[in-house]
Order: sequence, then C-alpha cells, then structure tokens
Amino acid sequence: MSTAPRLTALDALHRSLGATMTDFAGWDMPLRYASERDEHNAVRTKAGLFDLSHMGEITVTGPAAAGFLNFALVGNIGTVAVGRARYTMICAEDGGILDDLIVYRLGETEYMVVANAGNAQIVLDALTARVEGFDAEVRDDRDSYALLAVQGPESPAILASVTDADLDGLKYYAGLPGTVAGVPALIARTGYTGEDGFELFVAPVHAERLWKALTEAGASRGLIPCGLSCRDTLRLEAGMPLYGHELTTELTPFDAGLGRVVKFEKEGDFVGRKALEAAAERAESAPPRKLVGLVAEGRRVPRAGFSVVSGGEVVGEVTSGAPSPTLGKPIAMAYVDAAHATPGTEGVAVDIRGAHEPYEVVALPFYKRQK
Amino acid sequence: MSNPQQLRYSKEHEWLSAVEDGVATIGITEHAANALGDVVYVQLPAVGDTVTAGETCGELESTKSVSDLYSPVTGEVTEANQDVVDDPSLVNSAPFEGGWLFKVRVTEEPADLLSADEYTEFSGN
Repeated sequence: MSTAPRLTALDALHRSLGATMTDFAGWDMPLRYASERDEHNAVRTKAGLFDLSHMGEITVTGPAAAGFLNFALVGNIGTVAVGRARYTMICAEDGGILDDLIVYRLGETEYMVVANAGNAQIVLDALTARVEGFDAEVRDDRDSYALLAVQGPESPAILASVTDADLDGLKYYAGLPGTVAGVPALIARTGYTGEDGFELFVAPVHAERLWKALTEAGASRGLIPCGLSCRDTLRLEAGMPLYGHELTTELTPFDAGLGRVVKFEKEGDFVGRKALEAAAERAESAPPRKLVGLVAEGRRVPRAGFSVVSGGEVVGEVTSGAPSPTLGKPIAMAYVDAAHATPGTEGVAVDIRGAHEPYEVVALPFYKRQK
Repeated sequence: MSNPQQLRYSKEHEWLSAVEDGVATIGITEHAANALGDVVYVQLPAVGDTVTAGETCGELESTKSVSDLYSPVTGEVTEANQDVVDDPSLVNSAPFEGGWLFKVRVTEEPADLLSADEYTEFSGN
C-alpha cells in the first residue's frame, strides 16, 4: 500500500499561499500559513478560513436509515429533524469509543455521517458491517466532498455576502443545501472552534472557486486562511475533545464525561448498549478519572502524555496541551483521579521533563464565547 | 529569507556572530524559527554556565513542540537575552537581531561551522 499522503483539492492553493504543511491522518494538510497565534486570534475576533477536506463523509440512505443509525450509533438519530445535525459517537460492543461524529439529516431517508480523517475507514467498516439486515445503504463519499469552514464572529456577514441562503434561519447544528459563490453546497452551522461559523461541503472541483470567493468576501472583515495548528488550540480552549487524545477505544463516553450523548431511552438495541449501561453505573458509583482543565502558573507547556502529579504521586495524565493565545498561558486537558479533579484542588502539578510545574485545576471549557 | 553574510551557522540551525573581544552572540536562524512556529517559551543558559559545542543548553517551546537549544561553540555564557525570555515572539519576528539568545566567551569552536551560503544550501533557504 502506498504511503504517499493524500492531497486535498486545495493543495496547490495552500502551497501558493506559503503554507507550512503537515501530515495529518495520512493527509498533507496546512499546519499554518504564517503565525498560528494570529490565525487563532483572527477566528476569535474576526474570521478564519479552513480547508477540512480530510474529514470523512459517509452517506446513509434508505427507508430504514434512521433505525439503522439508531442501532449503529449511541445517539437517538431518529429524533433528528430534516435539516438538523447531531453530535454523536460510534462505540464498539465493549463500549469503547471508535469515533465521535456529526450526523446531518439531509432528507427523510438520507443522512451524512462525518467522521474524523484518522477513523473514517474504521467508521465506514463498522457501519458497513452493522447495516446487514437493515433496508439501508452505506456509501463511502469521502472523495465526493471538499470541506471548507468559515469560523469566527464575522463569518455570518462574510458568508451572507456570497449566498442568498437564509443564514438567519440556519441555527447552530443545522444544515441546508444552497448555493455559495455560484457553487452548490451543503451549508452547515457547525464547527470546532468555539465560535459561530459554518462548514461548507462542496464538490472538490468547486473547492478552489469557493475558497477564492470567501477570501475575497472576507478580506475587508479580517478573514485570513487558518491551519490545523490553530484549529487545535481553538478547540482546546473551547474544551472540545479530540479523538486520539481525550477519546480512545479504551474509554467509553461516560469515562470522557460525555455520557449525555448515549441515549438509552431510544427504541431498540444498539451496539454497545450493555457495556455502556455498566459504564454509566460505574461512572455514577465509583467515578474513574475525570477530564479536567489545567491552567499553568508558569510558562512551560504541558503536552499529551505528560504526568499529572500531586505530592510526588502520579494522579493523572495530560491528553492535550498548548499555549492558550486567549488566556495568555499554557492550558491542558487531563484525565485526573477523582480525588484531585475538583476545580481549585491544591497541589496539582504537571511533570514537564522532570520539573513539577504547578497547575490550577479548572472546569472546562477554558473559553466560552459571549452570545 | 536571507541568512546574513557576516554570521556563521551550525547544522543545528544556530547562528554565531563574529567574535569580538573573545565574545560571540548566538541565536537561532529564521529557517529554524519558521519551522518551530510561534515561540512561546525560551529557557536559556545562565550567565556563568559553561556551554559545549553541539550540546544542549536550553529549550525553545512553540505552540506545537519543544526543541532543544544547542550551543554552536564551547565557552562561558556572559549574557542571556532577558528581552527574549520576557517576549519569546522576538525569536520569530527578529531572529537575527532582537531575538538573539545568549553570548559566549568562546574557548573553542568546531571546524565545521557553515558560511551563510553553505547554510542556505544546507537548510534549503
């Protein structure tokens, strides 16, 4: 099998913009164009434009599509209205998280499941195996879409200048088909930055035209191209989990503090139900490590895998860490023993290459936008 | 980007100024600063420390990673740039000027330091 990285439809454009590229889940993606801190701040205060074409789209159609997704995923997909979206997860039989997903209901019997790039094949394989016996079809649409995101407070005004679609009527976690800059697109009000914003699913052949139109429309409003580096710090500040860091096959949604995505009340059985019921009970009676936020008192940055310590004992592990442009200090998400997980717990530190740097335990998220 | 002609360079992407009164100024190159991304934390050797050519003497932390800082020469540290400790972004904005890192009273320098042209070829820019 070839290990050459996959290129998005915007690859040449990124290179012409001088992007620093990075391998991400087998894709060659823009890490940053210039300063990642400037890109981060643009999304918080104005707007940023992202190429997210590495994300994996899987279409599910058929009369039993809703029932099938209720069986295959942990959420209650049957209650998602046409034109709306839902954050959910797909779990293994033992309750371990295979991926976190957004499911868009495009029509009465049509859904689009968007998986993380690194898990798209796993999700596709699981759905294909689980669809047996349902009157539904699972289709690999990874190559059918490019995905562009416009994120930040100026994004509604920017997008409104290149589309006639009713953006005011488009609520958070909703999606509708429309035309943007003359290009047919699925316009979704979703994102991974903690800001208002849109994700635009288009045919790859139209990606460059859309990118250029958005760049032009956004220039006077401070929009700049943004890479995956700032996407990571933006989602970290917003307390959003990243698969492979806060979410893994070793953890159930309850372990990750996201038990709310599991809907036991939905009709019928679903993959992982039994294990997840036990996990829910365990989380209630004997809470395992909890996902918390850590804010540095110093300036050294905690990274994934670093130990959280207290009184010389290891009490947890950092899952994500970065300097926070908004807070101006290093922050981290970490799984920490329940005894040390309460915000304000004294004496918690992170072992940064042998030095125990003091950290404050805080509730997530670190940043919440003012609406 | 251009690497100043009057400087010499190491393969660990440090630059070294001309030695004046036995003392040379050391920093990292623009190529290295760009590769790191926004530098957010700089740990420098202390004044009086002895540094050894090719060995680590500090660290540079950026959004995405932490990198060891190597000394291109052997000697005693005579000054560390407090401005860059206070504002690490100087490493990105002025790597060859205000973003210098430390000064060393040179006792020994390796034979394989590169000229600007050689470093440009080595680093690709």
